[in-house]
Amino acid sequence: MLARPGLPDFEYIKAETFQDVFDWMKEKGDDLKLLMGGTDLFIQMRDRGEGPGFLLDVKGLPGMQEISFDRKNGLKVGAAATLNSLSSHPNLLTYYSILCQAADTVGNYQLRNLATLGGNICNASPSADMSPAALVYDGIVVVESPRGERELSLDQFWVGPGKTALEKDEFLKRIHFPTPPDKAAGSYYKLGRSKMGDLAIVGVAVLAFPDPNQPAGVQFRIGINSTAPTAYRVPAVEEFLAQSPTTDEILYKAAEMAMDISAPIEDQRATAIYQKKMVRNLVYKGLKEVREILK
Amino acid sequence: MAKHTITLIINGQSEELLVPSNMTLLHVLRDQLGLTGTKNGCEAGECGACTVLVDGEPINSCLVLAVELEGREITTIEGLSSNGKLTPLQQAFADLNAVQCGYCTPGMLMSGTALLRRNPNPTAEEIQKALVGNLCRCTGYQRIIDAIMEASRNGGAQ
Ligand SMILES: Cc1cc2nc3c(=O)[nH]c(=O)nc-3n(C[C@H](O)[C@H](O)[C@H](O)COP(=O)(O)OP(=O)(O)OC[C@H]3O[C@@H](n4cnc5c(N)ncnc54)[C@H](O)[C@@H]3O)c2cc1C
Ligand code: FES
Ligand code: FES
Repeated sequence: MLARPGLPDFEYIKAETFQDVFDWMKEKGDDLKLLMGGTDLFIQMRDRGEGPGFLLDVKGLPGMQEISFDRKNGLKVGAAATLNSLSSHPNLLTYYSILCQAADTVGNYQLRNLATLGGNICNASPSADMSPAALVYDGIVVVESPRGERELSLDQFWVGPGKTALEKDEFLKRIHFPTPPDKAAGSYYKLGRSKMGDLAIVGVAVLAFPDPNQPAGVQFRIGINSTAPTAYRVPAVEEFLAQSPTTDEILYKAAEMAMDISAPIEDQRATAIYQKKMVRNLVYKGLKEVREILK
Repeated sequence: MAKHTITLIINGQSEELLVPSNMTLLHVLRDQLGLTGTKNGCEAGECGACTVLVDGEPINSCLVLAVELEGREITTIEGLSSNGKLTPLQQAFADLNAVQCGYCTPGMLMSGTALLRRNPNPTAEEIQKALVGNLCRCTGYQRIIDAIMEASRNGGAQ
């Protein structure tokens, strides 16, 4: 007997060109969903026992799996690049190490050969592991439609749990990350119910880099998931840190500020109060770690 | 529902198949081709019993549609040994009793084979990380880790 029923009926279509995508999206409307790795989509369709009538596979479109980097323009990741292709990429390991660290915490190795960065971002789960890293690297999503390209910041893109700012005729083409400041150091801490392979109860990315113009001599960026309707940065905390010497006391105060800003809901994986305290602990841990790397 | 004609290279052999859109690779292997070595544990990407190699890399066959894989090379547990000769990894699983009920074993062997190919001398921690997506309810994992280590000293994945 099957552990779960098979996938509900649908028609599979492979898009060869961007025009294909525009045409199919227009013709089928809400009865069509875009498919990349399917690791979110298939699970949702199985759990609900129903799905759209049509799945349009967009991962083979030109450039969709490409990863390119240069010091001047930064990193461009095609929406359908798999998480394993990110975490093994030499330029990413050097310049965007938190993206690699975060990717390595998603599910398991086999899954990461299917799961894509774009799918993680489009699924817009508050607990998505790529979100905190994408936020601290100032990720910009590049969206395609018959009207051409447009760019959105991530906080414009995520509008709520499972909800994005994509219009009915738009889809995600790539994600752009500007070159991080010189000597940037980063960390990603994820707390799950088990050490590896589980979804995040809380995940915290911290990026820091020297900045002689700040009283602290350094700037921090902090990205947090799982504890609000979308993943988020904490500008008030980042501002506070830039103003003060980075002693243990200041870092702890900053972590408490982040805890106060976090707004988790009670769910089956953790109580709200536990999640808040873990925001504090992981932010503190992350801040201390990157401070040591920068020393 | 329309069906698609696809060609998959399965364990070195080209197979022409007629598949409905919603049929996963797992069901094609087990139900259409009778390759029941690949197991169905959860159909949700959690257990790894369905792990196969696509162009040499392990994936969950329960999470990929057969039609997505047109022209790709698939290796299942049935394709590891040749002419009845086990690979060093299979031999190590047998020698070290890394198998109890055996349900997880094909998936473990596929993940282990891929690991040894990309990293011929993994540490115990690297093995644990590579096997996060392969659950075993019997062995407690230690003998599986030992067997992969043993194979790495003994000819690797091959
Ligand atoms: C066992 C298991 C464990 C997991 N563990 C984790 C984890 O630890 N951390 C984590 O963050 N996630 C986890 N996930 C969730 C999932 O694997 C990731 O979110 C993955 O990155 C999704 O990518 P995908 O390519 O599979 O997306 P898909 O499922 O293909 O697509 C996701 C959504 O985006 C839409 N979409 C696809 N392409 C586009 C496009 N180009 N433009 C607009 N919309 C598009 C789809 O219609 C769908 O709604 C897990 C999933 C499973 C099954
Ligand atoms: S059956 Fe595919 S992961 Fe469990
Ligand atoms: S040997 Fe029984 S599940 Fe692993």
